[in-house]
Amino acid sequence: MNRKMFRGKKYFIEALWEGLLKISGSVTSIIIILIILFLFSEGMGLFKNNIVEDGYVVAVNSKNKIENLSPQQIKDIFDSKIVSWKELGVDVSEDEIIIFRLDDVTNYVSEEEIGENLENLPKILNQILEDNPNMIAFIPESYTKSNFSSKILDLGNIKISDFLSGKEWFPTASPAPQFGVVPIVLGTLWVSLGAILIALPFGLAVSIYSAELASNRLHKIIKPIIELLAGIPSVVYGFFGLIVIVPLIQKVFNLDVGETGLAGSIVLAIMALPTIITIAEDALRSTPRAMKEASLALGANKWQTIVKVTIPYSISGITAGVVLGIGRAIGETMAVLMVTGNAAVIPHTLLEPVRTIPATIAAELGEAPKGGAHYEALFVLGCILFIITLIINLVVEYISSKNKNKVA
Amino acid sequence: MKNIREIALIIALVVAITPFLNAQKIKGSDSVLPLSQKEAEAYGKKGGKVTVTGGGSGVGIAALMDGSTDIAQSSRKMKFGEKAKLQKAGKKIKEVTVAYDALAVVVNNSNKVNQLSRQQLEDIFTGKITNWKQVGGANMKIIVYSRETSSGTYEFFKELVLKNKNYMSSVLSMPATGAIIQSVKQTKGAIGYVGLAYLNKEVKSIKVSFDGKKYFAPSLANSKNKTYPIVRPLLYFYELKNEKKVKPFIDFVLSQQGQAIVSKVGYIPVK
Repeated sequence: MNRKMFRGKKYFIEALWEGLLKISGSVTSIIIILIILFLFSEGMGLFKNNIVEDGYVVAVNSKNKIENLSPQQIKDIFDSKIVSWKELGVDVSEDEIIIFRLDDVTNYVSEEEIGENLENLPKILNQILEDNPNMIAFIPESYTKSNFSSKILDLGNIKISDFLSGKEWFPTASPAPQFGVVPIVLGTLWVSLGAILIALPFGLAVSIYSAELASNRLHKIIKPIIELLAGIPSVVYGFFGLIVIVPLIQKVFNLDVGETGLAGSIVLAIMALPTIITIAEDALRSTPRAMKEASLALGANKWQTIVKVTIPYSISGITAGVVLGIGRAIGETMAVLMVTGNAAVIPHTLLEPVRTIPATIAAELGEAPKGGAHYEALFVLGCILFIITLIINLVVEYISSKNKNKVA
Repeated sequence: MKNIREIALIIALVVAITPFLNAQKIKGSDSVLPLSQKEAEAYGKKGGKVTVTGGGSGVGIAALMDGSTDIAQSSRKMKFGEKAKLQKAGKKIKEVTVAYDALAVVVNNSNKVNQLSRQQLEDIFTGKITNWKQVGGANMKIIVYSRETSSGTYEFFKELVLKNKNYMSSVLSMPATGAIIQSVKQTKGAIGYVGLAYLNKEVKSIKVSFDGKKYFAPSLANSKNKTYPIVRPLLYFYELKNEKKVKPFIDFVLSQQGQAIVSKVGYIPVK
């Protein structure tokens, strides 16, 4: 009787534990899925936005035959890079483009004429546009509601294709912000790739040395030092990079400017090292003693044992370390923001300034008005980053599972 | 039991919030923020209560519109669109200049160029001029440093110097003024802009001309007598009907003691 009760109690506690683990596991998974859903739902709102700023329109003289303008063309017009209507393929009686923003209104009429409560403003805007056949105006939509005879261009929404293939990132440009992710995505990939190419050999070398070759005393010194590296705040790495690595790169490669992708790669590599080393070393150490001794007993020397037995056996642990290291490199924000120069141009080598996705989000999200196109564009960048990491994880997992089969 | 706790919590909250309700609220530009904070501190010692928050000039003016702040601090004049909105809401706004801030254009100490006109600056920052020899310097590529898009300084420089044109896409954007100084110091062909208060011997400032005839160095004196052109006013906006409430604080800021604080923070006093 007593024994049965005891057994029942034990069973109850076990069931309780199991339940708790199940709940916490499922809650965590659900939260992660919700975060991802949130990220994507915020991001997708971008493509419902007009290509010009919310609440504004681009208008031209009613006789102007222009029908459509791309965001790029609008930016070039208002930057005075496109100066004649012919370049846009339309004939206007006076060819030179006149740019008009609402603040310019006082150059055409006096404040008195506009009226104390701006009651005459819609009429005046219409008048100015009709007086100047070669004008393009960027004005609030609310002034074009009634009796507006000038032509308002219907420019449509921001297109996914423009976003994914755009080469310019000017999120605060007015009237038409430019959201081109190509330079930023490429910048992220370049910097991360460089970081991993630097971190991988060093990380593996140190972990093999410390797991297999170093004396116990040396190991006790190396390990805490490496773990200490992980605890340094990233902004400190950033300043170290800006003051030491950036001038060094400038000197060594004789460059005009030291803030380059390479500087970012080096800083990130240093930051990813502790992760790679710690996990890879633990994996190497988990190789059963019996396997190593069997190899040595068969006449293999220490080096052959490491290469043919220890590394293949612990390859999945090593890849896990590498994946986490890459994850840290791709997602790192502050250190990269300080050393890469953040110029949104398409990089051709690692020795050019680059702008990465995390740095862009960190630098811009604070000032982007919530719910606006800029804000949503930054969320889409977050989605892209998420997808990149997902792909890398899947690829590495696939490779390591293949390798495992080979060993088995 | 639970009720008592709830009531206690509410009382605690009310007690905690009440002083803020009576206090005047200032909101807006992050450039004006350090000044307003120091002023509020000194004003607090005299028994007044002012709470200051940042968020950007646009945020402050929007808050003034919906009445969630008493004073909007701003590093730029009110835009026409904002004026139109406030007028639509039937609010009469008063504007007070509390200080000025000058932006200095800086280059590397080894650079031989001493002066640039506005047109040259525009061409450099929009990418039309790419080599220092085009403006009388050595044969060296120009490396352009700017602040991040979220900074008020970025917008101000774009409006005043670039005449609303966009920076070229290959400008290097730095997260802080300190980083710009550091980079300009260690990059030979660099050019950038910083607030006058941040100017030091590690970088060289450039004389600037807007009419192409007379060039002026960025200095306190030149900014004060308005000969140096890249100067912006730091402003407070408030609703006319709140004048009684906010006047004592604004008078304090404009007083001798208040303007001494302006100099200490690194801005240019109005008087």
